[in-house]
Amino acid sequence: MSKATKQGTLPFAITLDVGSSLANKTGSWRTERPVYVDRLPPCNNACPAGENIQQWLYKAEEGGYERAWRQIMEDNPFPAVMGRVCYRPCETACNRAILDEAVGINSVERFVGDEAIKRCWTVSVDAAPSGKRVLVVGAGPSGLSAAYHLTRLGHQVTVRDSASEPGGMMRYGIPSYRLPRDVVDAEIQRIVDMGVQLELGTVVTDISGAMTDEGYDAVFLAVGAHIGRRADIPAADSARILDAVSLLAGMENGEAPLLGRRVAVYGGGNTAMDVARTAKRLGATDAVVVYRRTRDRMPAHDIEVREAVEEGVRLRWLSTIAYADAGHITIEKMRLDETGFPQPTGEFEDLDADSVVLALGQLADLALVQGLAGVEVADDVVQVGSDLMTGHPGVFAGGDMVPSERTATVAIGHGKRAARNIDAWLRGTRYQRPERHELATYERLNTWYYSDAPATVRPRLETARRISTFDEVTGGLDESTALFEARRCLSCGNCFDCDNCFGVCPDNAVIKLGADNRYEIDLDYCKGCGLCAAECPSGAIEMRAERT
Amino acid sequence: MPQQQIRFYQTGSFVVGNRLLDPDQRTVQADMRRTNSLNSGHRACQGCGEALGARSALDAVMRATGNQMVAVNATGCLEVFSTPYPETSWQIPWLHSLFGNAPAVATGVAAALKVKGRTDVRVVGQGGDGGTVDIGLACLSGMFERNDDVLFICYDNGGYMNTGVQRSGATPPAAATTTTPAVGPEPGNTFGQGKSLPLIAMAHRIPYVATATVADLRDLEYKARRAMEFHGARYLHVLVPCPLGWRTPSSDTIRIARLATETGVFPVFEAEDGEVTAVSRIRHRRPVADYLRPQGRYAHLFGETPGEDVVARIQAEADRNVRTFGLVDTEVVR
Repeated sequence: MSKATKQGTLPFAITLDVGSSLANKTGSWRTERPVYVDRLPPCNNACPAGENIQQWLYKAEEGGYERAWRQIMEDNPFPAVMGRVCYRPCETACNRAILDEAVGINSVERFVGDEAIKRCWTVSVDAAPSGKRVLVVGAGPSGLSAAYHLTRLGHQVTVRDSASEPGGMMRYGIPSYRLPRDVVDAEIQRIVDMGVQLELGTVVTDISGAMTDEGYDAVFLAVGAHIGRRADIPAADSARILDAVSLLAGMENGEAPLLGRRVAVYGGGNTAMDVARTAKRLGATDAVVVYRRTRDRMPAHDIEVREAVEEGVRLRWLSTIAYADAGHITIEKMRLDETGFPQPTGEFEDLDADSVVLALGQLADLALVQGLAGVEVADDVVQVGSDLMTGHPGVFAGGDMVPSERTATVAIGHGKRAARNIDAWLRGTRYQRPERHELATYERLNTWYYSDAPATVRPRLETARRISTFDEVTGGLDESTALFEARRCLSCGNCFDCDNCFGVCPDNAVIKLGADNRYEIDLDYCKGCGLCAAECPSGAIEMRAERT
Repeated sequence: MPQQQIRFYQTGSFVVGNRLLDPDQRTVQADMRRTNSLNSGHRACQGCGEALGARSALDAVMRATGNQMVAVNATGCLEVFSTPYPETSWQIPWLHSLFGNAPAVATGVAAALKVKGRTDVRVVGQGGDGGTVDIGLACLSGMFERNDDVLFICYDNGGYMNTGVQRSGATPPAAATTTTPAVGPEPGNTFGQGKSLPLIAMAHRIPYVATATVADLRDLEYKARRAMEFHGARYLHVLVPCPLGWRTPSSDTIRIARLATETGVFPVFEAEDGEVTAVSRIRHRRPVADYLRPQGRYAHLFGETPGEDVVARIQAEADRNVRTFGLVDTEVVR
C-alpha cells in the first residue's frame, strides 16, 4: 500500500502504512559472497577414457538410464565392455571410499551398457558431412573408439584390420569368461551401423600410399601390441613352450592348445593371470604363475590376482625359470636388492610342468611404419606428440603401439583424443583441451548429509562352477541395486539439487531456479554468512572475498 | 522415529530437499512457492539461527493451515530485527505486544476467532527464550493450563542477545554472558540454575510438546505440521544458535546446532499429553567438548587453565540426556 493511502482505507486496527523490509538491501553488509562452482570429481579426473562419471551417475540416480548412457557415449562407445573389463581407476579415486566403500561405478556402467544393448539404443550422427576421409588401421578398442568419434564429427571412416573379426584385444586378448563375445559384437555393430566402413582380413602395409592413392586425408594407427615377448630360456627340445598372446588368440579361433595337466605361466601381468585362469578352465589340475619379484610389485591388477587365487591358481614369487624340460622345469630363487631389482641366489628347485606359457609382455608389430617418413620409433613403440600425431603429417597413432599404460580403457581414451586432434587437423586448427576445474577433494565435502550405505557386491558365480566353464565370472546388477549403487555417489564438487542452500539461508537470499537449473544468489540481500557454503554436501559453493 | 527415514537416496532425508523424492515427501523449505513468512531485508545478524528457525516453522504452519494463520510475537530479537519502523519482514498476519504477554495475547486472539466462528484460522505465539522461559512464563503457563488453542514456539538461543547477551533461564551452565562473565573460581553461568521449559510444558499435560533444531529443518517442519494436527495448547522449543552471543562464525550456526544434538546436549523429542512418544536418535555420537570448543562463550574451558572438570560435568549432563531420552540406539544397526 502506498504512502498516499488515505486514513480509513487501511485495514482495521492499523494506524500506519506498512512498508516492506525489501527496501533494506542487506547485501551491503557482505564481505564475502557465495559462488556456485563445478569442481572436478576425482572419478572423472582418474578416468583414462575421460568419462564424465559424476554426470552420468547423476542421470542414473533418477532412473534416467538412457540419458546416463548417452552421457557415457559422449566419451566412450563401449560402456558394456568397460563395465566388465575396466580396471576402474575411478573407484580407486572415489571419495566415498574414505566414508565407507567406493561407489561401484563400474557395475553401474555395466548395467547401463547392458540396458542399451537390450533396448537397442543408438547414437545419431548430427554433424554435417565434412567430406574428409580417415583411415583407421586396427579394429581394437582404440581404433574403433577413434572411428566412432570421427564419424560423429562428420568424417567418413574406414577401419582395416588383419583379423577375421573386429575387436582386437577385446576379442583376441581378453578371455570370454571376463568379456562375453556377444557384448563385444553388439557394441561394435552399433559403431558399424553409424556408417563406419569395416574391412577385415586386410593387412595395411603402405600408409603414404593409402593417403596419396586412395585419397585418405588422415590416418590413425592403432594396431596394438600382440606379439608375445620372448625370453631365452634354456630348454630341452622336448620342452613345450608357448606364448600367452597366441594362446589367448588361439582360444578365440577355436584352437584349444594342448597344455597338459600341469601348467607354468611365466610373468606377473594381467595376461599371465588370464592364461593361468584359462588353463584351469581347459582342465589343468595345477596352474602356477612364476614371477621373479614379489606380489606388491606385480603389474597385474589386484582383482585379477584375487580372482585367480580364488580359482586355485598358485603363485610363485621371487622365482625365475632357469631351465625347461619335458614334464618339469627348474626354478631359481631370487631375492630383491636394495633397489628392488631381483638378484639370483643360486638356489634351485624342480617343479613339475607339462608346459610353460610365456607371458612376459607384448610388442607392437611396427612393420607398417617402416619407411614412413618422419615416424620415430623408440623403445619398441611409436613416438607421438600430445596430439597423438606421429612425425608424419596427418598420421596419428594411439593405443598399445604408443607409450602408454596398456589397458582397453586407455586405448579408448586415445581413440577419443586422436579423433578430436584429427578433426582439428582436418579443419586446419588445433584442438584446445578445455581447462580442467579444480579437484573436488574429500575435505571440501560435508559428508554428514550422506546416507550410510555399504557397497553392493556383485554376485559372483560359485568358484567351483566358474573354473569349469567360460561363463561370465562377474554378474551384473539388477535395476534396484544399480539404482542404489548410483545413489551412493556423493556428487563431489557438483550441485545435485539437494536444496540445502535454498533451505538454510536465513535471509531468503538463495533463489531456486527450478527444473534442473540449480540456484542463484540474490546479492541484494545475501549478507555473506557462509551457511550455504558450509552446509553444501558436495562442496559446490565457494566463499569469495568481496572487493573493498 | 518421528518421521519416515528415507534410506539410500543419496542424502536420504538429511538434506532440505532431494530431487529423488516424490514431491509429497519433500519439505516446504525446498518448495519454490514457500510462504517466506520472514522475508529478506530483515536486520538479523549474519547466520542468524532464529531467523532461519522462524521462517521454517511458520512456513510449515502456513502450509499445514492452508495459509490461515495469525502469529503473535513477543518482544525480543525476532521482533526488533524484523519490524523497525516503517518496515516489516513479515508476510503473514502478525501482531506484536509486549515482552511478557505474548501467550496471553495469543490466547485472546484464539478466543476472538472462536467468538467469530473462524475455526479455520489458527494461532501461533512466538518469542525468544527470554520472553518465553523468563518474562512470559506466567502467561504461558496460564495458556497451557487452560489448554487454549495456541501453538507457542520458543526460539531458544540461550540468552537476551538483542539487549547485549545477558543471561536468561535458558542459558546453559558455564556459558559466558555479559552478566555471567568468565571470571572468578567458577567462570560463566552457574551450575544448578536455569530450567527446561519443554519438561515444564509436559508437566502441564498439554496435547503436544516437541523440541527441534535448525540443524534438521525436515524434522522442524514435521513438528510444526504435527502440532497443527492437535487442538489445545501446544509447545515447540527450537534450538537456534546465535553467532553473536555464542561467539561462533556465522557459517557455523547449523554445525553447532547439529553438534548440540549429536553430543546429547540438546535432546530432540516429542511428547503427547505429557509423555515422550518419540526421540531423534544420535547418528554419530560425539563428546561434548566437540560442541563446546568452537564456541567463544566456552573459550575459558579450553584456555590456559582448562576447565576439564567443568567439561566433565557438562558431559555428565549430556550422558544423562542420552540415558533419560534413549538417544542412542542400543541395538547395533549396520
